[in-house]
Amino acid sequence: MSVRTLTIDGRDVAMATGATLLAAAREVGVSIPTLCHLEGLSPVAACRLCLVEIEGSGKLQPACLTPVAEGMVVHTDTPRLQDYRRTLIEMLFTEGNHVCAVCVANGHCELQDRAVEVGMDHSRLPYRHPDRPVDLTHHLFGLDHNRCILCTRCVRVCDEVEGAHVWDVGWRGEHCRIIAGLNQPWGAVDACTDCGKCVQVCPTGALFDKADTTGEKHADPARLWTLVRARARGQQTP
Amino acid sequence: MTRTILIDPVTRIEGHAKITIHLNGAGAVEGARFHVVEYRGFEKFCEGRPFTEMAAITARICGICPVSHLLASAKTGDRILAVTIPPAAEKLRRLLNLAQITQSHALSFFHLSSPDFLLGWDSDPAKRNIFGLIAADPELARGGIRLRQFGQDLIERLGGRKIHAAWAVPGGVRTPLDPADREAIRARLPEAFATTNAALERFKGLLDGPLATEASTFGCFPSLFMGLVGADGRWEHYDGQLRLIDSDGAVLAEALPQQQISEALAEAVEPWTYLKFPYYKPLGPEAGSYRVGPLARLNVCEHIGTERADAELLELRERGGRVVTSSFHYHLARLIEILAALEAIELLLNDPEICATHVRAHAGVNAFEAVGVSEAPRGTLFHHYKVDANGLIEAVNLIIATGQNNRAMNRTITQIARQWIPPGAAEISEGLLNRVEAGIRCFDPCLSCSTHAAGQMPLHVQLIGPDGGMLQERWRQ
Repeated sequence: MSVRTLTIDGRDVAMATGATLLAAAREVGVSIPTLCHLEGLSPVAACRLCLVEIEGSGKLQPACLTPVAEGMVVHTDTPRLQDYRRTLIEMLFTEGNHVCAVCVANGHCELQDRAVEVGMDHSRLPYRHPDRPVDLTHHLFGLDHNRCILCTRCVRVCDEVEGAHVWDVGWRGEHCRIIAGLNQPWGAVDACTDCGKCVQVCPTGALFDKADTTGEKHADPARLWTLVRARARGQQTP
Repeated sequence: MTRTILIDPVTRIEGHAKITIHLNGAGAVEGARFHVVEYRGFEKFCEGRPFTEMAAITARICGICPVSHLLASAKTGDRILAVTIPPAAEKLRRLLNLAQITQSHALSFFHLSSPDFLLGWDSDPAKRNIFGLIAADPELARGGIRLRQFGQDLIERLGGRKIHAAWAVPGGVRTPLDPADREAIRARLPEAFATTNAALERFKGLLDGPLATEASTFGCFPSLFMGLVGADGRWEHYDGQLRLIDSDGAVLAEALPQQQISEALAEAVEPWTYLKFPYYKPLGPEAGSYRVGPLARLNVCEHIGTERADAELLELRERGGRVVTSSFHYHLARLIEILAALEAIELLLNDPEICATHVRAHAGVNAFEAVGVSEAPRGTLFHHYKVDANGLIEAVNLIIATGQNNRAMNRTITQIARQWIPPGAAEISEGLLNRVEAGIRCFDPCLSCSTHAAGQMPLHVQLIGPDGGMLQERWRQ
């Protein structure tokens, strides 16, 4: 296995070829904020929070998708990145209807955590207040499009881990939203196995257990990695 | 001719009021209007939300009495689920409401109203507030502040936080009461009783002396009264039957059908205020107007059911008759209800079931329309929801206590203006302004809550001449 050496925020790090900058940063204790990324799912670089600066490259690169390269000099926390990250979070908040005070995920929400992390004490952008529906047709779970940040974790976990592929992303631009069964009410989709993995990995309160009220959603997305690793070990066993 | 620049509305909502006083051709007061110039829109923006969120959303209507909305909403949710909640959950909800009544009444009496009684109507407005009271009577002020803290502490021990604890949910409550918290609450009860008794004695002394005129001119008129009553006509705050009486004590309606409340009650609107005017439909908007709140609850009940509070109720009735019609006695009723609440809290804490751990029932949507009723500190509170088969809200109607007292508040300030503005007067003195404020404050309306804690309610008074022209106006921000 060949190894690549690079520096991240001044720290030397050696990683196997093919590893991502995000993995390399975490290896040496450098924290890069993420939202769409989740261990156990394929990376998509949808949220752009993990963008980093690489010396010699004019373009910012998503750490979750960029492979390590020999001699790379990476900066993860420059003033420019800090400003971009805060702006990105502000855009997520203003693009949807995120009313933390009454949300099922209040206090246990990754979007909320990231907002605190990037120092968003208010939004400098105007709120759009879009008119979005809530789908409560599933007998166990609900989908509130107001709180969806289109990270696509639900799409990926249902396809890659559960194998049901209930979810897709429909429409484009500001009309873009998560759809079930090629745009049916969730409760009408036979492919759904009621497993709840999408609810568990959702970083916000967009997907939730219908019995939960304000602040009662305590999802644990990291459990997915445990499941994926256990399955991988199972497949290796003759 | 003077010119006035009007800043209206002031952006601090729940605390912005406007009063107009209308004079006839002889310069005598013809009427007065209490305008609520804020618009909240809760009934509209709740549409499309899951009914399970309603308790948390509607609790946000108020920072002083979020518990009231929480309970009315959770009760509506119970009916949508069509469940009977576990017995311990009902007892815990009762405990929560009693804590709410204690803290809200303590706030109204000690922080907001007592500076008028104890420091004087015409005392320096800069000192006529809780801070002035602390300077003048530190023991009473400290007792009142700690009494409110006792209620808030109980709410926090039950719901995890003092304000907007989303602890009551459709089907019950989220968490049981920890025995250690029960003991901590119990330990503070003696002090709470002592403060309440001291305040009662002090206030009754004032009613027999310097406040006698106020007791007869601050909203003293016959009207209907409505409130919940329990079994045997007992004082009730959480469940029970709706009873409507007239000022002679005759029961006009017993066990009003709560689930079809819109058949019994209607809401009139006026173009000059956002606050609606609910009334008892069979009698029409004027004759059917009624009062709710502490005085109404004590008027509609036969007895309270606890020893010390019942003794005080008897004394109240000796003072004001079987049905007490002076709105000024809302203050005394508030103190009696604090005593009743403390006694009820003591009984509930001694209940062996209060720390039971089965506190929530689970179910799906089983009813598409429901009404939840509870007694908020300020009076009977109705939440009425319609949901679709999945539990999404299709329509909301909230009948709030302050609204039900709306006509009574208007009549009260009219009575005060007539008493204190002699015919031909074109000046509004600070003393009048304060008395008019105090007339509104008898009802402890929700809009005064958030901004009044420092002793001043933002108020705008206009004196209107017979031609409709404004003679004078005063603001207090």
